[in-house]
Amino acid sequence: MNGPEEWDRRDPDDPHDPAAPNDRRDADDPHDPAARRAPKDPHDPGVPHGPGTGGASRSGGPPRIPSPRTAAEDDGPLPDATPPAAEPSPSEPPTPESEPEPEPSEPEAKPEPSAPEPATAPANAGSTPAPAPAPPPHRVLKSLLGAWALAACSAEETAAVEDHLTDCAPCADEALRLRDAVGLLHPADPLDLDPLLRSRVLEGCLGRRPARIPVPEWAAPYDAETAKLDALLSDMGEAEWQAPVRLRWFEDERAAERRTTVAGVIGHLMAVDGLVATALGLGDPLGAAAPHGPAGPDDRTEACWQAIADGRAPHATRMPWRDQSHTLIRTVSFAGHGVTELAVPYGGGARLPLRDAFLDRAFEFWVHAGDIAEAVDYPYEAPAAGHLHLMVDLAARLLPRALASRRRAGLAPPPQHLVEAGAPGRTLHLEVEGCGGGHWYIPLDSPGAVGTPDRTVAHIALDSMEFCQLAAGHVPPEETAAGQHGEPEAIRDVLFATASLSRL
Amino acid sequence: MQQRLARGEAAALGELYDRFASLVHSLARRVLGSETAADRITREVFGYIWENPDSYDPKQGSLRSWVAQLAHRQSVHRLRQAGAASARDRGEDAPEPAELERQIRAASTAARADYIVTSMPAPLRAALELAYFQRRDYRQTAADLGVTEDEARRRLRLGLQLLSTAHNHQALPPARPAESPPSGPGPGRQP
Repeated sequence: MNGPEEWDRRDPDDPHDPAAPNDRRDADDPHDPAARRAPKDPHDPGVPHGPGTGGASRSGGPPRIPSPRTAAEDDGPLPDATPPAAEPSPSEPPTPESEPEPEPSEPEAKPEPSAPEPATAPANAGSTPAPAPAPPPHRVLKSLLGAWALAACSAEETAAVEDHLTDCAPCADEALRLRDAVGLLHPADPLDLDPLLRSRVLEGCLGRRPARIPVPEWAAPYDAETAKLDALLSDMGEAEWQAPVRLRWFEDERAAERRTTVAGVIGHLMAVDGLVATALGLGDPLGAAAPHGPAGPDDRTEACWQAIADGRAPHATRMPWRDQSHTLIRTVSFAGHGVTELAVPYGGGARLPLRDAFLDRAFEFWVHAGDIAEAVDYPYEAPAAGHLHLMVDLAARLLPRALASRRRAGLAPPPQHLVEAGAPGRTLHLEVEGCGGGHWYIPLDSPGAVGTPDRTVAHIALDSMEFCQLAAGHVPPEETAAGQHGEPEAIRDVLFATASLSRL
Repeated sequence: MQQRLARGEAAALGELYDRFASLVHSLARRVLGSETAADRITREVFGYIWENPDSYDPKQGSLRSWVAQLAHRQSVHRLRQAGAASARDRGEDAPEPAELERQIRAASTAARADYIVTSMPAPLRAALELAYFQRRDYRQTAADLGVTEDEARRRLRLGLQLLSTAHNHQALPPARPAESPPSGPGPGRQP
């Protein structure tokens, strides 16, 4: 409906486009004599612009009178043979005619065809539909050429077009051209670029010309994961946005889940990213729907979903989310090192320094993108090893606090020894194998204590993917496939604490 | 965007990639027919833009069309290089130069056609999509799009007319050295 407008607007945009000069004014080939006649001949509008097509609003040519739909006077063998109704119309009594003239560009096309009716009425008066056997007029056949080339007409129309081509050279030329063009149509390639290509390309560029304003290292995983999710979303159709998605996490010592849609997940991600955005002084993506006062990820997500359910906010879509993530990356690039320790409130008094908040967000993007990919049955790749390592490291660093809050909640026994802050204490050796893995020494007695190999009382070894699944709350701690050695109580505590890092 | 690139903002480079990587990669893949070669063109094109952000002149067209043009040229340049190299290797067995030119033109036209399809107004693309890929006739296409049958016919015809201009695209005559990557080494340089 906005075809012509868009096209007109686009032309100046793209002078390289060889399509532009050819088609700027009209759909008709300028080499086609019949087409060049078109503006004068209302019976051969070339571009049909019936009611409601938007064709009437094209800006290029003089306003045309919509051609009558009845076939009566269209039956002439060639356009020339029909009385040129457009010419006389300006010479008709001007008042009824000139009134509707400016109208055709208005979107209300419905009343429009009836308005010029009086002018053409004399020609039409008393005319009845033509007898069936007559072939369709030239203008109709010409307008069918595209559909014909695509084999998208009825059998009768196909036959009529092909008959016509034997004695109309311009149409025959065009028909050949269009049929060749059909051969150029290819199914769109699946656009799933290798996600690792992005980092290779960007690294290559930055090796050739170093950035004056780099993306901070700690924001790189966020940059990569948002780009990867964006690539997944860009391939999805409207229906897939409403595909059901199951979000799982681990809360109150058991698995929890929530059902939403792909759009709901993007709303969730955007709402939680808003915590980081507002900490940086950027606008809140939830706008008026934002909860009053400090709110954590859960409250913000509920507020977002509620606003959408009530019709107070539109469904989350790709572009606003993507714009926000680009803005965040850009903002921290400019802020540089000054903001790495900026506290991002996560609700309930919990805070993360900005650099960790970006890692936490990157991890969540990966996990939820995986949920989306699973829902729409797309493959999805794990983060690059270096990024994965930073994410595992964040989880390992958060574990001592998670252990302490389990103790406070009475879910774990009190520490066996009191350890001074900064002193070595009982330690669990967390060995994460595979991509992004490494060794971490988790202090068990208090968040202030220092984990050390000498004081290791337990050892867990598991694959990095398994560890991330556990930390995402996708695998219950009891079922985690982990090699275990040492104090069972300590191992159980750490596995449960890891799962408790997950949230909606 | 151009200013941000010129300023050396890595975040702008990332955004540029997010906007145009699939365009560059798919054009290159259409011309060169290989994933690996398309990866390489993608590296070269973005490397060139990042190193030469000032070579884009907004007066000459949109950023998108400029990026597409770089990708197209660079791909054809590589195709021609590969053709020349294989001609040297194969000596007598090498295909006729005319045959090589024909292949290059066909690949170039196919890439141009892809670009036209992705750049044409969405209503035209949607009509072609229904009629060609979904095998709908034009009446069904009209119903699916909620437009008149006249309009559906118009869109199909206009869409194909646009597409047919891919054949006129003679941007890369073999004899003109100016058609190799703009201003010197550019994307032609390979780390």
